[in-house]
Amino acid sequence: MSELTLTVIKLGFLAVLWLLILSVTSAMRADLFGVRPPKQPKPQREAREAARQNRQPRGAKGTPTRAFIVEGPDTGRSVPLDGTPVTFGRGAECTVPLADEYVSTQHARLRFHESQWFVEDLGSTNGTYVGNQRLTRSTPVTARSRFRLGKTVVELRK
Amino acid sequence: MSLDRARARTDAPASEAVTPRRGRGTELVLLIFAIGIATFAYVSVDLGALGRVPPNALAYLGGLSAATAVAHVVIRLRAPYADPVILPIVVTLCGLGLAMIHRLDIADGTTRASTQLTWMAIGVTLFVGVLIFVRDHRVLSRLPYIAGLGGLLLLVLPLLPVIGHSIRGARIWINVGGMTFQPGEAAKIILIIAFAAYLVQTRDALALAGRRFLGVDLPRARDLGPILLVWLGALGILVVQNDLGPSVLLFGIFVLMIYIATERISWIILGLLLILAGGFAANAVVSHVAERIDFWMDPFIDPQGQVAQSLYGLAYGGLLGTGLGQGRPDLTPIAESDFIGSALGEELGLTGLIAIILLYALLASRGLRAGLLLRDPFGKLLAAGLAAGFFLQVFIVLGGVTRLIPLTGLTTPFLSLGGSSLVMNWVLVALLIRLSDAARRPAPPSATASSQTDTAVTQVVRIR
Repeated sequence: MSELTLTVIKLGFLAVLWLLILSVTSAMRADLFGVRPPKQPKPQREAREAARQNRQPRGAKGTPTRAFIVEGPDTGRSVPLDGTPVTFGRGAECTVPLADEYVSTQHARLRFHESQWFVEDLGSTNGTYVGNQRLTRSTPVTARSRFRLGKTVVELRK
Repeated sequence: MSLDRARARTDAPASEAVTPRRGRGTELVLLIFAIGIATFAYVSVDLGALGRVPPNALAYLGGLSAATAVAHVVIRLRAPYADPVILPIVVTLCGLGLAMIHRLDIADGTTRASTQLTWMAIGVTLFVGVLIFVRDHRVLSRLPYIAGLGGLLLLVLPLLPVIGHSIRGARIWINVGGMTFQPGEAAKIILIIAFAAYLVQTRDALALAGRRFLGVDLPRARDLGPILLVWLGALGILVVQNDLGPSVLLFGIFVLMIYIATERISWIILGLLLILAGGFAANAVVSHVAERIDFWMDPFIDPQGQVAQSLYGLAYGGLLGTGLGQGRPDLTPIAESDFIGSALGEELGLTGLIAIILLYALLASRGLRAGLLLRDPFGKLLAAGLAAGFFLQVFIVLGGVTRLIPLTGLTTPFLSLGGSSLVMNWVLVALLIRLSDAARRPAPPSATASSQTDTAVTQVVRIR
C-alpha cells in the first residue's frame, strides 16, 4: 500500500464523514423552513381584495402585519395578518388553535376593516382583555398592542 | 423573504391541512450512507494497519446492514413519523466505534469487535422491543415512585454479596450465569423516567411555593423531599461503589431536569456550587478523587498514564490525523473503553473528532427538538432529560479525555467497548424515536379533534 493511496483514503474518509453531517443537517432543514404543503390552496377573492387594501397602508404608522403569541402554552407561534379574519380558540377549526385550557373553543377574532384591525370577543367564558379592560365590543388595535385570552397573550407587530 | 414565506407556511397548519413528511425515505438514504461510512472505516483500518482488505469485510457489512434494516423496518411499522436523522447518526457512531475497537484488536491480538457486534444485535433487539411494547410514552409516567425505587434497586444490585462483581476497583457489575452486566446504565434511564414523571406532578409547587434565601428560591421540603431522597441515595450508592463518573452524570441530569421543569436559573447556580463543594470535599477525603485531580493538574507525573498517553496521541494525530490503522492508539491503557475518543482523535485528527462531537450534538438537538414539539409535559421533560443527559455524558467523558475537566470514568455512548452501555443506549434511542414520533405525528383528523375540544369544558378562571 503506497503512502499516497493511504493519504487519499485518509482524506477521503474525513470528507465522507463531513458529507454525512451535511446531509443530516440538510435533512433537518424542514424544521427551519417548513414543509411545502401538497397543493397551494387558492386564495379566496375577498382575501386578495383585503390583501390589496392592506398593501396600501403598509408602512403607514401602526398597521400590524403579524400577530405573535408571547405568553401561554403556545408561546412563539405567530400568524400573518393579510386582511382575512383570524380566529383564536381551543377548537381545531380556528385559524390559530390554542392549547390553553382557559381559552374557549371560539374565543376571539381579529378583523380588518377600513385599514384598521379590530379585536372582538366571541362570547368566551373567561373574556378577552386589552390592558385591564374586558372587551364588550370591537376594539381597534395597532402594532405593539396586546390582548389576553385565558393565559395566552397575543401581541401585534409590524 | 423566503424565510418569512416559509414561516407563514408552517404557521397555518390547521387551515391548510398540511401532511408532514414522514421522512422514512430520507432515513433510508442516510442509513445507506451511514453503513457505507462504517464499512469504509472498517476496511481502511485493515488497509492502514495490515495493508490488505479484511477477508470478512462482506460479512461485517452484512451483519451491520441486517441489524440496521431490522431497526428501520420496525420504525416504519411502529413509529412512522419518527425523526429521520436519529437512527443514521446512531448507526454511524456504532460503526466508528466498531472500526476503532477492531483497530485496537489488531494491535492487541484480541477479537473484541465481534463481541461488540453481538452486543449491538442485542441492543437492536431491545430497541425493537421498546418500540413494540411502549406504544405511547405516557404509560411510562404512571408509576414515578415505583420507577424511582426500581432505579435505586438496580444501583444497589452490585453491592449484594452473591451476584455483585468488582472489576478494576469499581463494584458496578453483576454476574448472572456467567454474563456480566452494569445495572447502573439501566438505572440511569429508569431514574430519568421517574424524575420526569415526578417533576411533572410537582413542578408548579417547586417553582412557586417556598421562601427566598440569598436570592435563590428554595422550594418546600415536602415537594423536594422525594427527589432529594432518590438523589442522595443514588449518589451515596455510587460513592460506596467507588464509581465517580455516573454519580457526577446523575447529579448533572437531575439539576438539568429540575431547571427545565421550573425554568429557574437558580437551580443551575445551586447545582454548580454543590458540585464544587462536593469536589472539594471528595478531594480532601477520598484518595481516589485526589489522584484524579492531580492527574488533571499535571498529567505528566505519570508519562505512561492514560491521560498523558491520550494527550500524546491527540498531539500526534494533529489536524487531519494519522489515518485509520496508522497511529498508535493502543499505547493508551484500556483505550477501547473510556479513551476511545482520544483513539479516534489520534487516527482521524481534530477534523474527525469534531465531526464525531457534532454527530452527538445533532443527536441531542433532535431530542430537544422532539421535546419542544411534544404536546404533553411529561413527554417534553422526558425528551429533554434524555437528550441533556446524553450530551452531558459525552461532555464529561470527552472533557476528561482531553483534560478539560478532571477525568471521571464514563463510557462514550455507542463508541466504547462494553455491552451494558451499548445496549442501554439503544434503549435510550428507542425512547427518543418513540417521543419524536409522538411529537411529529399530526393531530388526529379534525372531525374527531374538534368534537373532542368542542365537548371539553373550558376551565373557568376564579376571580378572587
